[in-house]
Amino acid sequence: MAEQKPSTAIEAVESGLAAQGYIASRQIATAVYLSQQIEKPILVEGPAGVGKTELAKAIAAWRGKKMIRLQCYEGLDEAKALYEWKYAKQLLYTQILKDKLGEVLGGAQTLHAALDQLHDFGDVFFSKEFVEPRPLLQALEQPGGCVLLIDEIDKSDAEFESLLLEILSDFQVTIPELGTVSAITPPTVILTSNSERDLGDALKRRCLHLHIGFPEQRLEERIVESRVPNISQTLRRQMVGFIHEIRSLDLKKLPSVSETIDWARVLVLLQASELDTEIVKDTLNVLLKYEADIEAATPQVTTFIAKAARSNVFG
Amino acid sequence: MRENLHRFFRAARGAGVHVSPAESIDAMRAVSQVGFSDRTVLRDALLLTLAKSQDEKLALGDCFDLFFGQPEPRQDQPEINSDASQDADHSDQSGSASEAGEGQPPEGLGPLAQMLLSQDRNAISAAIASASGAASLSDIRYSTQRGIFSSRILDAMGLQRLRDELDELTATNPALAERLRAALDALREAVRDTVSQGLALYAREEAENLRNEILRNAPLARIERRQVAEMRALIRRIAQRLRERYSKPRKRQRRGHLDVRRTLRRNAAWGGIPFLTAWKRKHRDRPKIVALCDVSGSVAQVSDFFLLLIHSLHEVVDDVRSFAFSSHTIEVSEILEKKSPEEAMAEIMSKVGFGSSDYGSSLVDFEKDFMSTLTPQTTVIVLGDARSNNLDPRADILRRISERSKRLVWLNPEGRLAWGFGDSEMPRYATFCSVVRQCATAQQLERAVSDIVATYQ
Repeated sequence: MAEQKPSTAIEAVESGLAAQGYIASRQIATAVYLSQQIEKPILVEGPAGVGKTELAKAIAAWRGKKMIRLQCYEGLDEAKALYEWKYAKQLLYTQILKDKLGEVLGGAQTLHAALDQLHDFGDVFFSKEFVEPRPLLQALEQPGGCVLLIDEIDKSDAEFESLLLEILSDFQVTIPELGTVSAITPPTVILTSNSERDLGDALKRRCLHLHIGFPEQRLEERIVESRVPNISQTLRRQMVGFIHEIRSLDLKKLPSVSETIDWARVLVLLQASELDTEIVKDTLNVLLKYEADIEAATPQVTTFIAKAARSNVFG
Repeated sequence: MRENLHRFFRAARGAGVHVSPAESIDAMRAVSQVGFSDRTVLRDALLLTLAKSQDEKLALGDCFDLFFGQPEPRQDQPEINSDASQDADHSDQSGSASEAGEGQPPEGLGPLAQMLLSQDRNAISAAIASASGAASLSDIRYSTQRGIFSSRILDAMGLQRLRDELDELTATNPALAERLRAALDALREAVRDTVSQGLALYAREEAENLRNEILRNAPLARIERRQVAEMRALIRRIAQRLRERYSKPRKRQRRGHLDVRRTLRRNAAWGGIPFLTAWKRKHRDRPKIVALCDVSGSVAQVSDFFLLLIHSLHEVVDDVRSFAFSSHTIEVSEILEKKSPEEAMAEIMSKVGFGSSDYGSSLVDFEKDFMSTLTPQTTVIVLGDARSNNLDPRADILRRISERSKRLVWLNPEGRLAWGFGDSEMPRYATFCSVVRQCATAQQLERAVSDIVATYQ
């Protein structure tokens, strides 16, 4: 891989992802290639539904690695993201080993001697067996490496961000009782964010920053083609053209790629051969998720269909 | 090439992209992976490693195009440079290379003359690039330095020697001298272009800082029309800064007060034995602001910027209601939310603006219609010069406003010295205000708003 020319390697990434049904733009492919080469996480930002999470899945499938997903939310903490002590197991073991402990400590005359003997056993109850690994620790412990997806990092608290820093830069975590756990094989880390809040500079600095916006018309057509193969070419062109027109409106929530795919499926289900005003108006709720948006878009439908059809003829 | 990348990082900083040393190391590593052969890949790689937001990506993309738009120095640049400084003993070599291009340049000329006569564009642009490196063009800061940098670059290319040769040639071979002179003019032009480009790339940061500094301290009421757009941009940046500083909800644990309910719940797994304790937290309100802005002639411009700032603080401030008045009061929150700043301000002005101010009747209007907007969490900000044309100031209403709200802040664009002179009612109003401060420049505006928001933290 290393001897390959970078441009061919990037094309390899593109075709590899395409084989998994993910049509990547050149920029995305470059980001994936670079993150692999210089071992850096990718921070993916962009509007909802442009395939940020999908990218991680596609990478995992393409490389044949396990994907570990950590969904972030407000209040996510160390115990749920990193590791937790199996308290019940610890308790159970002390009960079972009670007699054994009695034997061990039986010879001791004084409290001090008993303590010394206990110290010789070390921290039996705070060892690896009693650690419940959560996604982040699991990701480090995968022998073959994995794809770690930290989804919607902007939803988590600022403190959680700081917790991630050690993992992102060195691929290791420090557990006070056990010491530092380093990754066996550095995982491919993908973080996604909807820019709900600004992430800290420290976090951004450790990542490659990839912004996925709405795709160009050609690219989106290819995406639809790979996701909904049984749609006719004319309809595909028309609907993608129509969606690009819709995106030029000032809406609360613009339709993104996932909506395009949903709509394509719907149109195929309804056995539409081409767009007409009737069918678009009936299915507009697949594309637009707010009543106000639908109201704003409805009067424009006829013009947009005409435009999409025209661009179809010339483009 | 590494030198080039370093210069690019500097140019990127000039374009407003934060490039830390760590990021530049990452970028270097990325570039060493992708190489320089494919420009789009190189561009993508730099954009990925250096830019950390969409705005930065745009800025960096432009910077990249400008930077790598200039001819790239080729591998042999050091030799050309040393050639230029040495005597022309290599002239046979370069002469043989140039013969293909142009007749027969006479032997015994310096390398610069050879190069100019042979019209080898690549060699010339490479020489310019290496000479601008030698003249440290990346240190250029002001447009007035263009001349000196041009002459430094030309000197580094061996202009002195060329001049001597020209003098000689004028006597011996006038036709050749003429050609050389024309070529030299073209060269001067090329160097001037290079320097201008360097200025655009490297001097941005400094020039911008200087301009912003001046703008921050310029009186808002008297800025020129052409500066309004810049000032708006500056205000937006201030808003951004305030947002970053205050938008994180701050939970502060108050040690000492045990939260019994949460402690019990948290320790249910231990049979209610409190291994982990939970402490009571103090809930912090987001600021609620009611802004009352004088939009009469003298203060309108300041109000404009103030409203722009307050309304771009959505993430920080929960609830803003704005009112504008000169002789009567109207609510303008909706206009400001719906329209672009320019349109909104024009509409507000057409409704209430530019009248002669009457604080008394404006306050009466406010009390009559909007007193219910005030809660004990509200900060009321009044922006105005308190010049009421000798009409009844109705300070009693201001007292009631102050009693109903958390704080009452008065921002006055006039200097302290003017307060209380002429028809200024400032001293009478000031008794009911929690804070009165001068607010004439963008800097003072930022501090005032920052202080108001900080009281909620």
